[in-house]
Amino acid sequence: MTDIDGTSPPYLRNRYAIAGIGETTYQRGYAPGEERTTRSLATWAVGNAMADAGLTAADVDGMLSYSGNDSTFSPFVAGDLGIRLNFYMDCFGGGSSTEALIGIAMGVIEAGMCDTVAVFRSMNGFSQVRIGGTGARAAAPVSGDALHGRAYGWGSAGQMFAPTFMRHMYEYGTTPEQVAAVKVAHSRHASNNPKAFYRQRVTVDDVVNSRMVCKPLHLLDCCVETDNATCVIVTSAERARDMRQPLVTIRSVVGRCSKPRLDMHYQHGPITRVAGYYAKDILWPNAGVGPDEIDITGSYDAFTFTTMLQLEDYGFCAKGEGGDYVSSGIIELGGGRPNNTSGGHLCEGYTHGMSMVIENVRQLRHDIDDSCPAGPDGRRQHTYDYSEGGCRQVRDPELTANLGWAMPATGSALVMQKGW
Amino acid sequence: MSAMPQGTHLGMPVSIDDLDRENLAYFRSCAEGVFRLQRGRQSGLLRYPPTTACPWTGDREYDWVEVEPRGAVYSYAEVHHAIQPSFREHSPYLVLLVELDTQRGEPTEHEALRIVGNLVTADGALAPPEVVAQVGIGTRVRMVFNPVSDDIAIPQWTIDETVEQPVPWRYPE
Repeated sequence: MTDIDGTSPPYLRNRYAIAGIGETTYQRGYAPGEERTTRSLATWAVGNAMADAGLTAADVDGMLSYSGNDSTFSPFVAGDLGIRLNFYMDCFGGGSSTEALIGIAMGVIEAGMCDTVAVFRSMNGFSQVRIGGTGARAAAPVSGDALHGRAYGWGSAGQMFAPTFMRHMYEYGTTPEQVAAVKVAHSRHASNNPKAFYRQRVTVDDVVNSRMVCKPLHLLDCCVETDNATCVIVTSAERARDMRQPLVTIRSVVGRCSKPRLDMHYQHGPITRVAGYYAKDILWPNAGVGPDEIDITGSYDAFTFTTMLQLEDYGFCAKGEGGDYVSSGIIELGGGRPNNTSGGHLCEGYTHGMSMVIENVRQLRHDIDDSCPAGPDGRRQHTYDYSEGGCRQVRDPELTANLGWAMPATGSALVMQKGW
Repeated sequence: MSAMPQGTHLGMPVSIDDLDRENLAYFRSCAEGVFRLQRGRQSGLLRYPPTTACPWTGDREYDWVEVEPRGAVYSYAEVHHAIQPSFREHSPYLVLLVELDTQRGEPTEHEALRIVGNLVTADGALAPPEVVAQVGIGTRVRMVFNPVSDDIAIPQWTIDETVEQPVPWRYPE
């Protein structure tokens, strides 16, 4: 591997690792009597990540979480698991938080504040607080800054992002069919993911014929809302090397990098430009690699359009050519650079980004949890047959890039590497 | 600060007691039927939405300036599945991002005053489906005001019938 810019400071390149990953099931509602609180979900996800890394409560001393006032807090989860914390913080935020908090975890460990940080996101995103603002929140009074937004029936993510998406179609001739290819690809990936909520493969026609939610977004251009928790454990590469799993290190991280005029970002165009335009200038020099060297992307798919826009602005294709890129087959398993091999938020489940990092950790460990048969050593023997119900392990990936999205004007990113 | 509703818009309760003084002045001016924006003393630039400091200089000194409330649709959302109950009976409705003629391309090429509002009829009602279907990127619009309370109104957009309309770009059907 060669650095594209030998003069750039490497910062903490390859000195930190994702040592553990944990999830609950991805589900949409509960059977009566089976309901779980966000505290219970988080306790399961963090516990699963500790088990994955081979850690006990005494080995974890830091905790970070993010939420939109819809979740439990670190003290409850740490208490439930018997963890005594040297550091914790519960942050406000949704998409783009995962990568940002991984960066914060690296910083607090580097500062000597703690050694090993569990980062979690726990949400009853279907059963309790729905991200689109539906349910009881829809009828809440309009106040303060919302007079410039919700007063106009302009409040859900799809409604707020639509002007970016529409302008992209106008300026570059991007078609609904091209963008629908993102859902098609992710549905094919999900069909090989036993834990995905939506495992049925769909076609471009299925997407463009599904009901219109908010032009240009059909129902199938939008992600699913689910109940689940996820966790990643961050520690130094030195420590991670001695833990249970194959080493996956962090080459570069960007947290909530933003466009100008964040208060009302449409004032500062081009409005088809998203935060990745700025984030790429931190991500790639610090990683010492460029988009051409990335084997797998995890471009956040709150909507089909968000995947496409970020792939453009991070330089995986030229600006305006995202429609061609995502409909070329390259983002599918078996293609040159698959995106969201788990099925992502469009199909697997909605976790505000963390599940996409978890999937890429599994890819780099070469240990994807598909239906391939286990060999004599207990590990799956991947077939690389990507037909329905088959394999979803990419052959020997070395580098992945996660592109997290909060909104058009804010994003985060993470380049991970197999080994160091 | 209490959050008791003090107005209504489309049947939705609206609370104005947590507005900062700049926003309060802005919406009060709308209630007078005059569209005013702040112009920073140092930058000489108009800004939207109202803020305490100038986005280009951080300057907290400003003057309120009457601005010609006309422009062209820059982009839009056409909402078919309304989330707020008040909007359901009006779906599909348009949320327009309108680029004002004033200060277009200033201070840099891609900057402009882009004002949010719904497409409404000339008397301020949310536009019916046959009018929604006429409007897209490029449509020329002018501002009207929807009263929220005795001294507060919010800006909205209606088709400018005083000018010749270009053929707008619309999402392909």
